[in-house]
Amino acid sequence: MATLEIRDLRVTVEADNATKEILKGVDLTVKQGETHAIMGPNGSGKSTLAYSLAGHPKYTITGGTVTLDGEDVLEMSVDERARAGLFLAMQYPVEVPGVSVSNFLRTSATAIRGEAPKLRTWVKEVKEAMERLNMDPSFAERNVNEGFSGGEKKRHEILQLELLKPKVAILDETDSGLDVDALRIVSEGVNRVRETGEVGTLLITHYTRILRYIKPDHVHVFSGGRIVESGGAELADKLENEGYEAYTKGGASA
Amino acid sequence: MAEAQNSPTLESTRAGGPPPLGSTTAGAVAVAAESTVATRMSAPPSFDVADFPVPHGREEEWRFTPLERLRGLHDGTAVATGDGVKVDVQAPEGVTVETVGRDDARIGKAGTPVDRVAAQAYSAFEKAGVITVPKETVLTEPIRIAVHGEGGVAYGHQVVELGAFAEAVVVIDHTGDAVLAANVDYILGDGAKLTVVSVQDWDDKAVHVGQHNALIGRDATFKSFVVTFGGDLVRLHPRVAYAGTGGEAELFGLYFTDAGQHQEHRLLVDHNTPHCKSNVMYKGALQGDDAHAVWIGDVLIEAKAEGTDTYEMNRNLVLTDGARVDSVPNLEIETGEIVGAGHASATGRFDDEQLFYLMARGIPADEARRLVVRGFFAELVQQIGVDDIEERLLVKINEELEATV
Repeated sequence: MATLEIRDLRVTVEADNATKEILKGVDLTVKQGETHAIMGPNGSGKSTLAYSLAGHPKYTITGGTVTLDGEDVLEMSVDERARAGLFLAMQYPVEVPGVSVSNFLRTSATAIRGEAPKLRTWVKEVKEAMERLNMDPSFAERNVNEGFSGGEKKRHEILQLELLKPKVAILDETDSGLDVDALRIVSEGVNRVRETGEVGTLLITHYTRILRYIKPDHVHVFSGGRIVESGGAELADKLENEGYEAYTKGGASA
Repeated sequence: MAEAQNSPTLESTRAGGPPPLGSTTAGAVAVAAESTVATRMSAPPSFDVADFPVPHGREEEWRFTPLERLRGLHDGTAVATGDGVKVDVQAPEGVTVETVGRDDARIGKAGTPVDRVAAQAYSAFEKAGVITVPKETVLTEPIRIAVHGEGGVAYGHQVVELGAFAEAVVVIDHTGDAVLAANVDYILGDGAKLTVVSVQDWDDKAVHVGQHNALIGRDATFKSFVVTFGGDLVRLHPRVAYAGTGGEAELFGLYFTDAGQHQEHRLLVDHNTPHCKSNVMYKGALQGDDAHAVWIGDVLIEAKAEGTDTYEMNRNLVLTDGARVDSVPNLEIETGEIVGAGHASATGRFDDEQLFYLMARGIPADEARRLVVRGFFAELVQQIGVDDIEERLLVKINEELEATV
């Protein structure tokens, strides 16, 4: 069973000629089949956690360990992490002009699976996945994220999640900027992947809204660069009613 | 007659990240023209080099070009050495291939030199090549002109003439090392169809300057691919004018500018005749320190050219820091009675965020770069229609990419 283990993870970022510590000792274990929600106020370091796990070069790891099934993730390049089974659905997916969605998906699937998918089954697989996400077939011929609406970008991220079948999926504010219909479609996509029982999900969000569609097993409150409280789904209800105030006004040390 | 449906537009977009330092994407639409295609030149067109002052570098037509790297082509000090280039022509049956003297009447019919180096080439060549495809002759194989640099200085002139309703593909392939100033005239008879592929696959030190003039007959179709990979400095002037109504020009270009290279393409489409079309699309990738690409796209719609339909576009993809693009589309319209006119220029950057995104999907860095560049060029490469050239370009693109990593 795949397990992502994060131990005492410390991360800095360079900004304005100064080094700033963003993550101050994060501990978290995500097992295959589990869904963890990480909730926290803006600026608490949630996205830094997501991007550090994926290996974004902007962030410097200064301490701690991250392993996937015992393998040292921090030693791996970005593409190696993806091939090892980590997937990051980005909050702001990047435009890649000149590369069509279909070419991108196939190149990516080939890299992740270690061999090119058979063309006939692949075309069918992509078509069906797109239909489930209410994506028009013409989407495949557009350039990656170029001119996509916010909702299209997020659906495209979830399409990749469905096709690439990672061991651990990190969803960085996938719910932000979505209207209710789009949120439902995207959540259904995430749930289809979760229901396979083969993915551990780390759902990073500012709002509790998405948790009405995706039920977490564990909820963690993130503040000041670390997890300050962990609980079950009921913790999300508390946050819904009380907000993050208790954690941002010095309550974090409690 | 419809009014202009597409008003001239200028878009300047970029993908992700800040534009590379020193890039410019400028454009202008001159209507009541103070600065026009004609007035921006420092001298009127002429076949005589003496009619052009030696450029000092601040002239509009020279301001992007490093004159000191022209190896004397611009100031009269580059003297032909006799071992400049070797030219080999392979032509299918039915085609006439001649070498003629300066007095041959077919020389210079398609256009007049517009700058000092083009005039220098015209004034200095001793023999010209003339290739003729008789009327109604439809070739099934390309005419191939191999120009191989042997390390010296050379001036040249080539004429390609198609009779009425003739159809031909011409490949001009530049390789080796040379300092070359050479002009090419393409003359298309009524209803003729000519596709030209000019490949600049020079060695690193080569200098190549030239003016390519196409004169398009009534209802004739001219399709040009200018493909520039090599050389220390390449500066080409593809130019088009129409000899009758119904002419169509498609000007495609593809360049891959490496560290230290200067590659400059200066186009002019002169809509001097009613009811003609033109479509220009040039795409370039740049990588490495002091890679410098210049694209000037001038389209002139003269007052008499009613019913004109034209569009021009330049796209650049900057792969690394330290490269520079100057892209200047310019549309000059003297009549509103046209079908359409537009232009666009955009310089995008393959940046760390794009690389991260592709790598985060398992794609290794070198493959990610290849994916982006091949995707960027694909629509152009596929249109060439000469298999061995298409394959060579794809191989070349891969080689260029491997050189960076």
